Amino acid sequence: MMDLRNLYEEVILDHNRNPRNYPKRPASTNRSAHGFNPLCGDDFHLHLQVKDGIIEDVGFEGAGCAISTASASLMTEAIKGKDEAHAKQLFEQVHHLLTQSPETATPGSGLGKLSVLGGVIDYPMRVKCASLAWHTLQAALEQLDTPVSTE
Amino acid sequence: MSQPRERVNIARSTQAVFDPYKARRDFPILDQEVNGKPLIYLDNAATSQKPKTVIDAINHYYTHDNSNVHRGLHTLSERATRDYEGARDTARDFINARDRRETIFVRGTTEAINLVAQSYARPRLEPDDELIISHMEHHSNIVPWQLVCEQTGAKLRVVPINDDAELMLERYLELLGPRTRFVSVVYQSNSLGTINPVREMITAAHERGIPVLLDGAQAAQHMRVDVQELDCDFFAFSGHKVYGPTGIGILYGKEQHLTEMTPYQGGGDMIKSVSFEETLYNDLPYKFEAGTPNIAGAIGLGAAMNYVSGHGLEAIEQHEKSLLAQASDAVAAIPGVRLIGTARVKAAVVGFVMEGIHAHDVGTILDAEGVAIRAGHHCTMPVMKRFGVPATARASFGLYNTKEDIDALVAGLHKARELFDR
Repeated sequence: MMDLRNLYEEVILDHNRNPRNYPKRPASTNRSAHGFNPLCGDDFHLHLQVKDGIIEDVGFEGAGCAISTASASLMTEAIKGKDEAHAKQLFEQVHHLLTQSPETATPGSGLGKLSVLGGVIDYPMRVKCASLAWHTLQAALEQLDTPVSTE
Repeated sequence: MSQPRERVNIARSTQAVFDPYKARRDFPILDQEVNGKPLIYLDNAATSQKPKTVIDAINHYYTHDNSNVHRGLHTLSERATRDYEGARDTARDFINARDRRETIFVRGTTEAINLVAQSYARPRLEPDDELIISHMEHHSNIVPWQLVCEQTGAKLRVVPINDDAELMLERYLELLGPRTRFVSVVYQSNSLGTINPVREMITAAHERGIPVLLDGAQAAQHMRVDVQELDCDFFAFSGHKVYGPTGIGILYGKEQHLTEMTPYQGGGDMIKSVSFEETLYNDLPYKFEAGTPNIAGAIGLGAAMNYVSGHGLEAIEQHEKSLLAQASDAVAAIPGVRLIGTARVKAAVVGFVMEGIHAHDVGTILDAEGVAIRAGHHCTMPVMKRFGVPATARASFGLYNTKEDIDALVAGLHKARELFDR
């Protein structure tokens, strides 16, 4: 039996209801990327203000389901003020969390609040929702012009 | 030379009251649990389930009769050809085409529309000619016309819809103009359920000598279709939505049009003779059936149409109308629900959004309850934009659905509300 409360954790519902850094485009944005899953319609624009390798400010716009919205919101909180290398490391850790079974996941990996995304692993159809914002982040850091998709 | 025949439908005159509880036992797939709950299948607008008689027909074909059609001199080929062509006769009867040669086997509605766009419209279009579609078309009745517009310089005109998702007929009549060359419109909308006033639309187009294609992908399984009475020039539908297999469908076209059209694809079966200097095309319907066709699919579709006709489309329509009324009222009564698609004339499709809960989350929560619906844009992105929503949840009903299925849907939606409001 699936317990939907593992997927729709309270933190997820909270970030869905009141997304942080949303809708927002920092005035000095110098890195942007578009994440779009055409089949399901989740559609976000991520904006970063990066100076000397530090993500000084971040915001996102668009619309999606609770999982994709909360994931994006949690991500913006987690990367704000961090350097690019740290953000890339978080991407790897979240990617691992969403795709590897809990047994192989690194315990206490310092993901903090982001660990609530781990409930998604039991819902394979929704992994693409949780990972969209993160792949968009990667595209923004690498300054890719083409929209990214996780479908 | 086959002669026009009177429509014969033995099932209709002797029709008893339709019993959905009995009918659902014809569908083996419905007898299962999903996530520990009995499966409630409410995604019929995406694809319908298959009755045992269809599964058996396909199984029988591959077990006993598999062979290529129209070629072999041996017994199996004769049987395969007989059953394949028998399915064409069934299709002719199902939509009451005048002649069996007017029913072409295609992969589905999408291929049928592309065929008409490329083989009928494209050679006739000149720059600034106009094609008319509606705002509620499935992408498969938008993109083939955009392609043909790119190829010819013709322009696409779109009939708007009102807030109840009804096609604005007066605007359609205004759009019909001296440059209009073709009208392609959906009979019944997949995402909204709206049934369009196609008779008036066809009459108005014909008064100006403009041919009309009806996208019948959502119509043929829900209401009796009579292409002669409708007087449409083309009618397209898919097997898998009529309780038949995927990968097979029917394009109906008036014989005169089909005769004048160039082939869509070249290959075997569509030719009379081939030399490197000249190729003589085959007669209808084979001119449009290049290559070895989906023989098993056609035979399965024939069985599906016989199954549906056995119940009688009037009886099915009546049953589904009753489901629509109950489901619309019950879903609309849930707090924070907004129905998308409230046309006065509509089929058993209930599209909706829930305040604060994205359609995908509704879909996941219902799936945990064993209830299968569709969530997304339903390949009608312009419709989503028109109603200002990124996606809708959609429950779409078929002949085997019952009042208890609606109860399960409503219970699941209340669970979603509770989960998100906690």
